[in-house]
Amino acid sequence: MRARLGHAELPNPIVAAAGCAGAGRELAQFVDVAKIGALTTKSIMTEPRTGNPAPRLAETPSGLLSSVGLQGPGIDGFLQRDLPWLLSRGARVIVSVAAQTVREYAALATRLSDAAGVTAIEVNLSCPNAEDAGRVFALDAAAAGQVVAAVRSGARYDIPVFAKLSPDVADIVPVASACVSAGADGLCLINTMLGMSIDPIRMRPVLAGLFGGLSGPAIRPVAVRCVWQVHEALPEIPIIGTGGVSSGRDALEFLLAGASMVGVGTEILHDPSACARIQRELEEELAAMGVDRVADIVGQAHAQRRLAR
Amino acid sequence: MAESASAPVQVRGTVLTVRRLDAYHALTFVAPAIATRFRPGQFVTIAVGGPSSSMLGRRAFAVHDVRPDHGGTVEFIFDAAGPGTRWLASLRARDVLDAVGPLGRPFPVPREPSSCLLIGVGHGASPLFSLAAKLRERGSPVDFLLGAASADRVIGALTARRTARSLTVTTTDGSLGTRGPATAMLEQVIREARTEVIYACAPITVLRDVCLLAARYEIPVQACVDVPMACGTGVCMGCVLPVTGNDGITRIVRACVDGPVFRGDLVRWDDIGTIPFDALGAPGWKPVRVPGGTQVAGGTPETRHAG
Repeated sequence: MRARLGHAELPNPIVAAAGCAGAGRELAQFVDVAKIGALTTKSIMTEPRTGNPAPRLAETPSGLLSSVGLQGPGIDGFLQRDLPWLLSRGARVIVSVAAQTVREYAALATRLSDAAGVTAIEVNLSCPNAEDAGRVFALDAAAAGQVVAAVRSGARYDIPVFAKLSPDVADIVPVASACVSAGADGLCLINTMLGMSIDPIRMRPVLAGLFGGLSGPAIRPVAVRCVWQVHEALPEIPIIGTGGVSSGRDALEFLLAGASMVGVGTEILHDPSACARIQRELEEELAAMGVDRVADIVGQAHAQRRLAR
Repeated sequence: MAESASAPVQVRGTVLTVRRLDAYHALTFVAPAIATRFRPGQFVTIAVGGPSSSMLGRRAFAVHDVRPDHGGTVEFIFDAAGPGTRWLASLRARDVLDAVGPLGRPFPVPREPSSCLLIGVGHGASPLFSLAAKLRERGSPVDFLLGAASADRVIGALTARRTARSLTVTTTDGSLGTRGPATAMLEQVIREARTEVIYACAPITVLRDVCLLAARYEIPVQACVDVPMACGTGVCMGCVLPVTGNDGITRIVRACVDGPVFRGDLVRWDDIGTIPFDALGAPGWKPVRVPGGTQVAGGTPETRHAG
């Protein structure tokens, strides 16, 4: 069940997705964080941030709309309190970073590189670019590439940099290629999709922030499609496939599409011990198929298709 | 992976009974690990809709009571008003629930016997009855003020009448007790009972009014907030409200882990649903670096307003 993340070896390919595992402490009441392949933090920014007003969440069919607005402690608070705690528990930590300018992203990467113990940096590109009229980095291949290049040069050489991409683009492959050309060691696919919910009785948007990110099984087919397309174009690049995974079988679907690790996000809200359960279920699925190594089935769905042609 | 005897656990609990309680439903399930850890004011979350449910959010319910039978049972009272709660109402004995609990900060109880007023509105009153039992055990007299829209939405009136020093009931339609909101009777009850501590479980607007009045009488309020939650464990950041800390700094905190019980004077009731400009990390908020390297928020109130 082992998986590789840069120089680190993970005991299994299950990764707790950004924003769904809190700072780790919340989950540790229900699962051993050291047994999760890796835990991705909520996106860390330079300063503490309140995030958006409530209501921030809306339940939709097989999905969840959220507009939390990156509430968090800021990099200082994270390095003082959260990171040392996670490391003390033996967790492998992927730190998600978010910023409003390219330079700020780079500075965060440098701060994280100075702290010992960060397994990887995930670049949350679904943030408005303050230097480009609030246009979201992830929607523009050039801007996404600039951020990744800056983070790559700010981060220590041996810390892998993963770019987390948005599905809200006409074609995700050029954005993925731009990130890889800029030095990304891997990709995380996908972030939430922009959605909206309106309360027909109050006749108002449900979320205070109007729009929110849609997550959960509702977006799983979109995520599988993105992983498939990117793996087809860039077969050597490690992918963390994320989007609506709620069982071992769902995780298997992502591996077959070309992901080498699988993120578990919204399902953690529904089942706080989801990471441990999905890892166990995936292990059972693989054993039933007679597969010893996860790497043996990564992208296998493509191979079947090639054979059929 | 429970870390201590008070840490929440996730269990598969067998439903014992689902019964009608006038306008509401009461569900009792077997969960010894939750029942033995429970303290009044805490809540449970339940996954609704079964294994292939399209409803991803867990539903949070204040625990009404725990009992020692069957090794430990947990009961909560709910209004079957949405698809998730209607699913719960349709459960039968021996069905199995995915339950997590006990969650949240319980009601603190006074060290010395004190005259306690317990205010509850609708089924929100449900956590007050186990609290009342605990208070009485410790020698504190308990008065109840229960409000609801109508008589069929007043819960626990019989229990309160039997066990409390006094019971006052108000209903909006006048079908039971005094006509009007619970707050209309509050001042009279406080004076007659010589209330020293208030515990309140009610909608935000009622809690705000209770806290305003209690402040005039300098009575501390422990307010149990009812805000929508999606996970109950602190990861989703959905159930937030602005609360001032003992250090005077307002933070956007999570009701599920920092509450649901808050000191009433610390909650910024009028700012719920907003981000106050002086909250730590609000837009435009700047950290103040003081000599010695520690970081504090926004300085004194004076400098904040001046800034």
